[in-house]
Amino acid sequence: MADKAVMTGTYFMNGDYACCEGALAAGCRFFAGYPITPATEIAERMSRRLPELGGIFIQMEDEIASMSAILGASWGGVKAMTSTSGPGFSLMMENIGLGICTETPCVICNVQRAGPSTGLPTLVGQGDMMQARWGSHGHYEVIALAPSSPQEMFDLTIRAFNLSEQYRIPVMIMADEVVGHMNERVVIPRREEIEIVGRRKPKVSPDKYLPYHPDPDGVAPMANCGDGYRIHITGLTHDERGYPGMDEKTQAQMVNRLIGKIVNNRDKIIRTENVYLDDADVVVVAYGISARSARQAVRDARARGIRAGLIKLETVWPFPEALIRDVAGRVRALIMPEINAGQMVLEVQRCAGGACPVHLVSHLGGSIIHPATILRAIEDSIKGKK
Amino acid sequence: MEGLIRSERLPHIWCAGCGIGTVFGSVIGAIQKSGYDLNKTAIVSGIGCTARMAGYIRLDSFHTTHGRALPFATGLKLANPELKVIVVSGDGDLLAIGGNHFIHAARRNIDITVICVNNLNYGMTGGQLAPSTPFGAKTTTSVTGCPEEPFNFCYLASACGAIYVARWTSLHIRRLTNSITEAMQKRGFGFVEILTPCPTSFGRRNKIGTALETLKFYHERSVIRNDIDPKEAPIDFGNNIVVGKFVDTERPTFLDNYQLSCKNLIGDWPDFEGTIVPENQAG
Ligand SMILES: Cc1ncc(C[n+]2csc(CCOP(=O)(O)OP(=O)(O)O)c2C)c(N)n1
Ligand code: SF4
Ligand SMILES: [Mg+2]
Repeated sequence: MADKAVMTGTYFMNGDYACCEGALAAGCRFFAGYPITPATEIAERMSRRLPELGGIFIQMEDEIASMSAILGASWGGVKAMTSTSGPGFSLMMENIGLGICTETPCVICNVQRAGPSTGLPTLVGQGDMMQARWGSHGHYEVIALAPSSPQEMFDLTIRAFNLSEQYRIPVMIMADEVVGHMNERVVIPRREEIEIVGRRKPKVSPDKYLPYHPDPDGVAPMANCGDGYRIHITGLTHDERGYPGMDEKTQAQMVNRLIGKIVNNRDKIIRTENVYLDDADVVVVAYGISARSARQAVRDARARGIRAGLIKLETVWPFPEALIRDVAGRVRALIMPEINAGQMVLEVQRCAGGACPVHLVSHLGGSIIHPATILRAIEDSIKGKK
Repeated sequence: MEGLIRSERLPHIWCAGCGIGTVFGSVIGAIQKSGYDLNKTAIVSGIGCTARMAGYIRLDSFHTTHGRALPFATGLKLANPELKVIVVSGDGDLLAIGGNHFIHAARRNIDITVICVNNLNYGMTGGQLAPSTPFGAKTTTSVTGCPEEPFNFCYLASACGAIYVARWTSLHIRRLTNSITEAMQKRGFGFVEILTPCPTSFGRRNKIGTALETLKFYHERSVIRNDIDPKEAPIDFGNNIVVGKFVDTERPTFLDNYQLSCKNLIGDWPDFEGTIVPENQAG
């Protein structure tokens, strides 16, 4: 193959492998991880692919080390990622917080299985959605994406790298066991067709550089270690120089900026796929594998003459508040299927603000939600039964 | 020396009489002596009084999370092998919460110089027991005396495969600076342990007393025994405190072997040459 990094072509490939190919096409050249079902295939493929590209693969001693290592690699100037599932995701939390606080671009792919604890190691779940949002301590914003097919594992992994570099933040890919393990058609475009966002470098000399002085969009240019800028990076509350400041003013400035750079750019970050929203009486809001079931259910409802619509969340965090608020005011009900006891549905309810009923279609893990179950919820909501 | 200190960050947080300041001076001296490009030299730390060193050195410096300096430094070094990477860490940071990373970074022979300030306790959090706290010593979480046996860090480092291992006290300034320089100039996982007084959190709860008294005690008790097996060099306050350079050897680094594996040159396993004589038949 001419281009070893971008394997242009059409493949029958599983989601975990497609995630790797997306990462490599996006320029990822460092992977640190620890095996865990159902994410192991990502580590395995990266261990074979990265050496071909002059990149580094290292199997660390645990997920805490993996997360720390990708932060270090990112400061070393290389696009870096790790992958895991529930138990490992829990172990990564403290250093995801370090990545957020120090504004370190990197990507974490969580191929979700059902929890809590060891749970159902080989079976699907979507129970880590709030953990992605709030799992590390303190208050901050995150970016998380939810692929629902191997093709999206490829596409959204590229987007995850782009967002992480653009907004200097660890980006989480919230996949799941079914998406990770299913084999489907994956089309890998030519290199020229793939949009790649690189790191914004300082334009000033080292003596004038302030590592956390933001550009107008709230994001500060980033000097890599070894570039001659001699930066100090700390997880302590810090000022624009990167120096610790143990007072409430510095704290407020830093946290406001960490939040603001995401919130103020959310229109550029948030992507949803909106189907039949114009005339819909009832709208299903769904993400990940559950969005596949939802799409089928909406089609079936239309075939029965019910004006159903779909909002498929590609970005789960930040949450598309404005869209949900708007739609809630126009429909008779919103429905959210998810493989947990109700997580993202809390956001839908919050945004709907009582403008319409919001129904959860819950499965506690182990298999996907059947389209017929969602269809029934659509029908019930129209009948006003629920 | 001045150029390497972020003087705008002074005064530093360390207590009067604390040994960390002395070690800081040696680290700076060694960095200068070693002759590495300062723009390509990085310092990584975790959390603790010792870890604050990273904030006072005018180098690319990373103050990370408690225990995680080594995996962070591993990522940094592997991503940019041009960098000279130094880790500074407290005894708790490096060998309690970070202990697992320590044994694996040494086993992999990551090309990093690790400096450990052993003040026999958790200084920053007010003096709790650490994996280095001597049996019977009083800390805020062992008021009737520490009921656990401490590690011998140097023995552990050597058993895990460190290519350079030395121990000094903060009194041995010249030897310490030389050791850090030597460790930096080697390729692979180098480890330098420094026994230092922590008058605030440890000294005042134990008969060891003030910083000056601790240093006097170290001075009287320490004996230099270079090249001995660190197994034979526990820190035994009832006896002599053995210091010196214990290990100075070579073996391929992680990156050396990784590059071989990328070219499929690692070779097969098993690949035993000749016949192996069972032990019970061996002459
Ligand atoms: C995950 C986590 N647990 C606990 C702490 C609190 N903590 C901060 S420093 C420290 C111990 C420091 O001791 P040591 O590493 O020996 O460094 P010293 O202060 O003695 O130099 C602890 C427990 C923390 N920061 N993070
Ligand atoms: S508490 Fe101990 S280790 Fe920390 S600065 Fe004070 S004397 Fe030094
Ligand atoms: Mg200590």
